[in-house]
Amino acid sequence: MIERNNDYLKALEAESVYILREAMSEFNNSYLLFSGGKDSIVLAHLAKKAFWPSKIPFKFLHIDTGHNFKETIIFRDQFIEKMGVDLLVKYVEDSVKEGIASEEKGVIPSRNAIQSVTLMSAIDNLSIDCCIAGARRDEEKSRAKERFFSHRDEFGSWLPKNQRPELWNIFSGKKFENEHFRVFPLSNWTELDIWNYISQEEITVPSLYFSHEREVFEYNGIFLATNEFVDSSQFNCLKKFVRFRTIGDMTCTGAVESKGVKTVTDVIEDLKETRISERGSRGDDLRSDTAMEDRKRVGYF
Amino acid sequence: MEFLKFATIGSVDDGKSTLIGRLLFETNNLYDDQIKSISVDQNTKDINFAHVTDGLKAEREQGITIDVAYRYFSTEKRKFMIVDCPGHIEYTRNMITGTSQVNLALVLVDARHGIVEQTKRHIFLSSLMGVKHLAILVNKLDLENYSEEVYSKIVDDCKTFLKKIDIPDVRFMPISALKGDNIISRSENMPWYKGIYLLELLNTVHISSDENLIDARFPVQLVSRSDQNVRSYVGTILSGSFRVGEKVKVLPSGMESQIKRISNINKEFQHAMAGDWVNIELEGDVDISRGDLLCRENNQPTIKQDIDCMICWLDKEKLNPSKKYLIKHLHQEVMCIFKEVLYKISIESLNREMGENLNIGINEIGRVKLRTTKGLICDSFKKNNRTGSFIIIDRFNNQTVAAGMIL
Repeated sequence: MIERNNDYLKALEAESVYILREAMSEFNNSYLLFSGGKDSIVLAHLAKKAFWPSKIPFKFLHIDTGHNFKETIIFRDQFIEKMGVDLLVKYVEDSVKEGIASEEKGVIPSRNAIQSVTLMSAIDNLSIDCCIAGARRDEEKSRAKERFFSHRDEFGSWLPKNQRPELWNIFSGKKFENEHFRVFPLSNWTELDIWNYISQEEITVPSLYFSHEREVFEYNGIFLATNEFVDSSQFNCLKKFVRFRTIGDMTCTGAVESKGVKTVTDVIEDLKETRISERGSRGDDLRSDTAMEDRKRVGYF
Repeated sequence: MEFLKFATIGSVDDGKSTLIGRLLFETNNLYDDQIKSISVDQNTKDINFAHVTDGLKAEREQGITIDVAYRYFSTEKRKFMIVDCPGHIEYTRNMITGTSQVNLALVLVDARHGIVEQTKRHIFLSSLMGVKHLAILVNKLDLENYSEEVYSKIVDDCKTFLKKIDIPDVRFMPISALKGDNIISRSENMPWYKGIYLLELLNTVHISSDENLIDARFPVQLVSRSDQNVRSYVGTILSGSFRVGEKVKVLPSGMESQIKRISNINKEFQHAMAGDWVNIELEGDVDISRGDLLCRENNQPTIKQDIDCMICWLDKEKLNPSKKYLIKHLHQEVMCIFKEVLYKISIESLNREMGENLNIGINEIGRVKLRTTKGLICDSFKKNNRTGSFIIIDRFNNQTVAAGMIL
C-alpha cells in the first residue's frame, strides 16, 4: 500500500488513540455512545485500533429516540455484529412510559431534547462514569470550547466555568461519586477530516450520506424526510434527490438537495464546494442561537 | 499535509476576533450561514468579523471570554488549529492551557498603545510554556497612517524586553486585521515592510524540527495481553526513536531488555519515531506496568523525589504548604507536598519577589520545591516538555490546581 501524504490525519489518529487509552485507564465503567452516524463509526474504528490486539474494553450504548431513519438502525445492527462488541439500547419511549420525560407538543414534536433524560437515567442506573462520544469542536460554537475530558455534575450538566484546564496531554478524570465525564476523542477533527479518514481507511457508512431520491417536505426552511412521526398531510410533499450531512432524528435532520454524490470521494468533493455548515440543516440547532449550549446544560452530549 | 497548531493571544480590543474572522474568511473557510453574521460598515466598507468568534451565552451576557476556543481551517499547504486564548490577566490560566498545545504563538499588539504590560506578560508566558515560535503582530497600523516609525519604535521596545526571554524564533509583522493588510497577501500600504505576511508565515514556519528526535522516551500507557498470551507495552513514543533488536532500559526498576517487536494494527515497525503509537514486545520476562518508561542505557531521564520547578497556579484556593496534593506526571499519579516557595514572579514587572511566607494564588507563577512520595521519571522541561511537565490536583475537590515545569 502506498503511504498517503496525509500527515494531519496521522496526527489526528494518534491523538484520538491516545485519548481513548487514557479514558480506559482513568475510568472504571466507560461506554461508547454509538448512534450509527459517521462520527461514532470513526470513533469505533479508532477504538479497535487503540486496543488491538485486545478487544475494545467498552460496551456501546445507543439512546434510541424511536425517530431514527430505518437505514441507520439496520446499519447499526450490522456494524455492531461485525465489530463483535456489546450494544446496549435504551429507548426514549421507555422514559416517557416511566413518566420521567414528556413528549414535546407542536407541529413537529421532536424527541431530540428528551433523549438527555434517557441518557442520564442510563448513566445513573448503570453507574456509568464515562461516556465516550464523537462530538467535534468544529460542529458548533459551544462545542468549540469543549475539553477532551469534559466534566459533568450529578445532574449531567456541563458548566463551562467548572471545566478543568487541560495542559499538554495530561488528562485528569478525578470526580466525585455520581458525577461523570464525557470524553471526546474526535475533538480536533473537522467534518472533512472525518470523510478523508473514512476514505483512507475504507470505512463503510450508512447510505443516507449519499444522494438518493426521497419524499420530503419543507418546514422552517429545512427539507425533512416524510416520516411516520409527523402528519405530513398538512405539508406540500415532493420528491427530491437529497443526501444528509448529519444523521439524527427524522424529525429534525434536514436533507440537502444533492444529485450524483455516490461515493466517499464524491462526498469529499461535495464538501469542498458546499457553502453551508454541517449543522446548518439541523432543526434542533436552529431553534435558537444557543440551542446546543442550553441542551448541554441539561445533560445533552 | 502538515498540521500546525497556533495560539492567538490578545484581548478583544487588540483585534483578535477581527484577525481570526479575516483569516477564516479570506482563506474561504467560512460557510454562508456563518458569513451571514458578518456586517459591513456602509461608510468605511470595513467588515465586522466580531460575531464569527462569538462564544457562549454566558460570555456574551457578561461581555467576556471565559475560555479557550478552538477553530480549524486549511490552505493548500497546511491544516491549522487556532487556539484562541483570552488575554486578560485573570485568564492567565487559559493562556497557559492554550500555549501548552501549540508550536506557534501570535501575540497581538495595538499599534496605538505599543508594548504594554499585557504584551510583556503574553511573551513571558509563551516562553515559560516552551513555545518555539513567536510572532508579534503589530495591529491597527491603519490608525497610525501605516507609519514605519511607529512600527519600528514598537519593534525596538520589544527587542529590549526580549533580551530577557528565551524563545528561539521571534519575528515581527505590521498588520491591519480590519483592513486586511499583510494578512493573506503583502500590503500595498506599507511598501517599507519587506518581510513575509501572516499567511505566508503560517504556511511555512518550520516546525518539523520542533520535536525532540534525540532522547528516546516511551512511557507505558497500558499493558496488553493477546489471545496467545503475548504481553506488549502500549503507548506513544514521546521523543526520539526505538528500533527492533535494540537494548532498552526499563525505569524505575532499572531492568534491561531487548526490543523483540514494534507494531500496531496498521503496520509492523523496524524503526518507530516520536509520535508513533505502538505496542512494544520485549525479550525475556520483565515486570512492567502503566507509568513505567522505556529508554536507552546511555540516555536516561532522572528519577527524582525532590522536584525543583516553576508552577503556574490555576485555582481560586491558594497553594497550601501544609496540604498534600496529587501530582500527575506522564502516566503516574503520586502524592506530593510543597517544601518551599523560592520566589514568585510578578506578572506585571517580571521581577522576582522573595521572602518568608510567600504564597502562590490564582494566575500567579513561582519557583517551588516539592517532594513526592515516589520518584518521578523526568527530564527538564526545557529538554523535553512531556517528561518535564506535570499537573497538580487537589484531592479534596478534584480540581486541577497547578501546571508545573521541571527545571
